[in-house]
Amino acid sequence: MARIDVRKTYKLYIGGAFPRSESGHSYEVTDSKGKFVANASLASRKDVRDAVVAARKAFGPWSARTAYNRSQILYRIAEVMEDRRPQFEEAVKQSEGGTAAAARGQVDAAVDRLVWYAGWADKLAQVIGNANPVAGPFFNHTAPEPTGVVGVLAPQSSSLLGLVSVVAPAIVTGNVAVVVSSYARPLPAVTFAEVLATSDVPGGVVNILTGDAAVLAPWLAAHMDVNAIDLCGVAGSAELATSLEVAAADNLKRVRRAPDAEPDWTLDPGLSPMTAFVEHKTVWHPIGI
Amino acid sequence: MAKKSTPFEYAPAPESRSIVDIKPSYGLFVDGEFVDGRGSSFKTVNPATEETLAEIAEASEADVDLAVRAARRAFRGWSRMSGRERAKYLFRIARIIQERGRELAVLESIDNGKPIKESRDVDVPVVAAHFFYYAGWADKLEHAGLGPDPQPLGVAGQVIPWNFPLLMLAWKVAPALACGNTVVLKPAETTPLTALLFAEICQQADLPPGVVNIVTGAGGTGQAVVSHPDVDKVAFTGSTAVGKAIARAIAGSDKKATLELGGKAANIVFDDAAIDQAVEGIVGGIFFNQGHVCCAGSRLLVQESVADELLAKLKRRMGTLRVGDPLDKNTDIGAINSREQLDRIRELSDIGEAEGAERWAPPCDLPASGFWFPPTIFTGVTQAHRIAREEVFGPVLSVLTFRTPAEAVEKANNTPYGLSAGVWTEKGSRILHMASQLRAGVVWANTFNKFDPASPFGGYKESGYGREGGRQGLAAYLKGADA
Repeated sequence: MARIDVRKTYKLYIGGAFPRSESGHSYEVTDSKGKFVANASLASRKDVRDAVVAARKAFGPWSARTAYNRSQILYRIAEVMEDRRPQFEEAVKQSEGGTAAAARGQVDAAVDRLVWYAGWADKLAQVIGNANPVAGPFFNHTAPEPTGVVGVLAPQSSSLLGLVSVVAPAIVTGNVAVVVSSYARPLPAVTFAEVLATSDVPGGVVNILTGDAAVLAPWLAAHMDVNAIDLCGVAGSAELATSLEVAAADNLKRVRRAPDAEPDWTLDPGLSPMTAFVEHKTVWHPIGI
Repeated sequence: MAKKSTPFEYAPAPESRSIVDIKPSYGLFVDGEFVDGRGSSFKTVNPATEETLAEIAEASEADVDLAVRAARRAFRGWSRMSGRERAKYLFRIARIIQERGRELAVLESIDNGKPIKESRDVDVPVVAAHFFYYAGWADKLEHAGLGPDPQPLGVAGQVIPWNFPLLMLAWKVAPALACGNTVVLKPAETTPLTALLFAEICQQADLPPGVVNIVTGAGGTGQAVVSHPDVDKVAFTGSTAVGKAIARAIAGSDKKATLELGGKAANIVFDDAAIDQAVEGIVGGIFFNQGHVCCAGSRLLVQESVADELLAKLKRRMGTLRVGDPLDKNTDIGAINSREQLDRIRELSDIGEAEGAERWAPPCDLPASGFWFPPTIFTGVTQAHRIAREEVFGPVLSVLTFRTPAEAVEKANNTPYGLSAGVWTEKGSRILHMASQLRAGVVWANTFNKFDPASPFGGYKESGYGREGGRQGLAAYLKGADA
């Protein structure tokens, strides 16, 4: 007789721990052919709030780390992902269908993207900051700083490369993130959470909620202790995206708008995923004897 | 303690207003011409005397539409013109502003109420500098680090406030034009005159028609500008409430926005600060431009051990401030810009007293007509007081104390705003520490209220988003460029 599988119910990732949803709800995750794979926690409004609290707590220490240290930690995430390639390949293939080679390609690209972003930690300020030659005896310079807690609606289709491509740029600059994963394809995000938990990323820097963006995003967009939001995960849902932008205006969140359709994640991302969530701070001081 | 000061007697030294020629009425500036509006009109008033200066057209939605169409038509030619040629127009404008500087300064002081020494020595020179600065960018955009082939956005709808009428115009128009955009700008209802004089300057510079359009009016006109479907970019400086309304109005559209909104800046004085310099900085931080400054240092945080000494010196210094005729060259504090604003300052100040803070102002004679408010400080203010939380936008300083640097940071950041902050200490490492901890877009250390076209300006949190000035200021007017 064939062995009976151990069916899993995956949990959320909040503040470095793996709690169940406060709601007690979970939902069935199926593969691309509709076959049951696992249960995932169905995050609730309360989970969003808990995640924001955890993220806010982590923001000060994370943003105060040296850029070199953040770079090391992002590189460490890539190393640990590399170790768990087979699991990611399986999760991507289950979630998105397609060939094993395509899944491998996506995992390659996701790991490479993390390595790319890791290198940006101690370079972005040099590229987008500057000394300002003001007309007077003043030292004056401008440098980017993280904006704070970023709500990230991860893409619905690209379950791993897309996820990494929205999370890495947010945290490499010193922000912390509350991520809502793809609803139908959450398992790569769950595995990614397990990688984060074992990669020296401080608890709370990335929080991952599995669940329905249409349900969770309005709470995230309206939350007064969230500083910014990436609406990528509602690409194509113009009405929902608009209502989220309206809610985000309550505390003037920085908004990365929802594209009409998910972008091609294999393209060079450029700087905008990072610059969307940094603040330029300018410091003046007189020069004199 | 606060002895009644005996101000020096000054003979009046009024700047002549004969240099300006204010017409009885003004139309809109659309497609290179002054045209009659289709809507009604309103009056602009000299806030120092309450005399009516001119009748101003109030642009209707249809007027705004004509202006946007003119800007759209002009965009084709302007955006395709080589940067080198665009630059020369901006250089021309900058030169004319310098040449007509006295005229602009006098007109600004008459319409706004700010002291002539500020309009003459700060506003107008910085306006000219802003056009010079961005003129130089027009043919160098591909070197700005904002992509290899930066492209303009299109038509920019710009709405500006009354506190620095011409300077805010320059902050908006110069980078927009340098990047190849065309603009429809709405000056504030109470201060339209220098923008209309700027329109004449555009004619004088032979700027192609439609590149700059100026539509005067109140909130309704501003709303028509920002929500016009053919406007690609919204730039707004003003209140946080209106900024949020704009963010909501453009939700779901492709419009890009920069918002420069309110502030409640902490000006932090440590016990080792050079106290006399700090006092000058505090005075400049809150009383410059009657406190009508979004980045004003309106919350003084002083270390407890030096609070008494500092307050005594501050009060003595405040006793020497001269409030009165904006056109008098000796005037330090001019008129409050409008009755509405005066009412707001009075209301919040009364609430400050009612909530238990102690109010003090030096004895000063205020003119009988016009809108005036004396330089005022509140001591015994707590973080819960409304005068410590809300933007007064007037010459009113709230004084709070702290014991440790951590407490100073905590109190300074305890606000939904994040536009600016000040730090006074002689210790370099503490300056850099505080600068890194303060959640504000501009940090002035051992100085305050300094502005320069090369220096980016803009806020964190509910003080808005985007930066104006410097290389960063270009990003607001180019496609795909976030910073």
